[in-house]
Amino acid sequence: MQDKVLEINHMKKRFGDLTVLEDISLSVKKGEVVSVIGPSGSGKSTLLRCATMLEWMDGGELIYLGERAAYEENGKCVYASKTELKKIHKHFGLVFQNFNLFPHYTVLKNIIDAPVSVDKVPKQEAKERAITLLKQLGLENKMDCYPHQLSGGQQQRVSIARALALQPQILFFDEPTSALDPELTGEVLKVIRELAKQHMTMIIVTHEMQFARELSDRIIFMEQGIIQQQGTPEEIFTAPNARVKEFIGKFAG
Amino acid sequence: MNTTTMLQILGSGMLKTAAIFFLTMVFSLPLGLFFSFGRMSGNVVIRTIAKFYISVMRGTPLMLQMIVVYFAPYYVFGLRIPAGYRFVAVILSFVLNYAAYYAEIYRSGIESIPKGQYEAAEVLGYSKIQTFVKIILPQVVKRILPPVTNEMITLVKDTSLAFVLTEVEMFTAAKQIAAKETSILPLMAAGLFYYLFNLVVAAVMEHVEKRLNYYK
Repeated sequence: MQDKVLEINHMKKRFGDLTVLEDISLSVKKGEVVSVIGPSGSGKSTLLRCATMLEWMDGGELIYLGERAAYEENGKCVYASKTELKKIHKHFGLVFQNFNLFPHYTVLKNIIDAPVSVDKVPKQEAKERAITLLKQLGLENKMDCYPHQLSGGQQQRVSIARALALQPQILFFDEPTSALDPELTGEVLKVIRELAKQHMTMIIVTHEMQFARELSDRIIFMEQGIIQQQGTPEEIFTAPNARVKEFIGKFAG
Repeated sequence: MNTTTMLQILGSGMLKTAAIFFLTMVFSLPLGLFFSFGRMSGNVVIRTIAKFYISVMRGTPLMLQMIVVYFAPYYVFGLRIPAGYRFVAVILSFVLNYAAYYAEIYRSGIESIPKGQYEAAEVLGYSKIQTFVKIILPQVVKRILPPVTNEMITLVKDTSLAFVLTEVEMFTAAKQIAAKETSILPLMAAGLFYYLFNLVVAAVMEHVEKRLNYYK
């Protein structure tokens, strides 16, 4: 049971009349790297936003490390109490497409402020943790910079450090390189690759097919709010079903 | 009337002008934030009340509002108006009026902060209050400084309205001397004072803006 970090059962999400997530079930084991691919509007980002509780789902079940964040009862989605959700929140981190760093904080403060003011980690300890992370990500000399002084790739690496500083059990990436030019994409992908080597559990929504292929343990192809196909990169890229083949073909172009 | 007396009258008028300005600022800035929360409230009743309040405060003359505030205790509550109430009524009406303008300035600032800032804070586990105080408000302050400076400068000049409740601030003092001495000089001196006062206000605010330029 405990080796399942995340379990999603029959997740549904509507925006008004539009059903964005039809019925999504998926579970992620500790240390697993799962990539989610699919065309725009397929519900990939909504899946991530529901899993991280930035959006409330309309039905289904959401479980982190055996703790139930939401379940369905009489056709309605019921969320756990505020205190329980707060605890569950600590299990995951999210890296946004456009970083969302806090512009008025230095790089260091961006990373240590949540551990210090949310998790009550002693400041010195949080600082040491942050510096270790920054060294890992090759940013130790940017500690006192403000986000606007950094390149997009550096900003994204800082935002990864910010998420990691809270020591989550699973890290979500919402198209982490889509706001970056190709030159800067590499440095961010390299960091994610490093994390995979350290067996960080990750779910990555991405358009980087080659990257997904080499890095993932499992790839999920989503379209129209359902999982069309999932499997190892091998299965997806060598034996795709007709629709997946068409999609991947466009990238291979 | 000799020059010394004139300067004394002008000087005490000056003090009153400065007092109205500072007291109004001190109370209307926080009150404005409070009103802006009402204006953005999810509760439709609160939101409508705040919206109506702001529209009345912006849509009627401050001079009239001062008169209403001054006479309200008598007409609404049947109380005798105490002698010291005039100055209080000036401050109260200025605060209530300026807070309405500040509320809208705060609202524009708060609504201009990207949604991603709230979402990042939420995912990192910040509480709603922490998010507002640590993440949102500092960025709002930076964004609203220019319009707030505008309001402050208008306020300096609006202080002359205090004469409505026979509070002798700077402009009224100058007008009285001018009438007595049949000279326009006291009014010119008052004009110079307003200008210098506003130069200081603008310089201070510019300094604050520069101090906040360390981030974008």
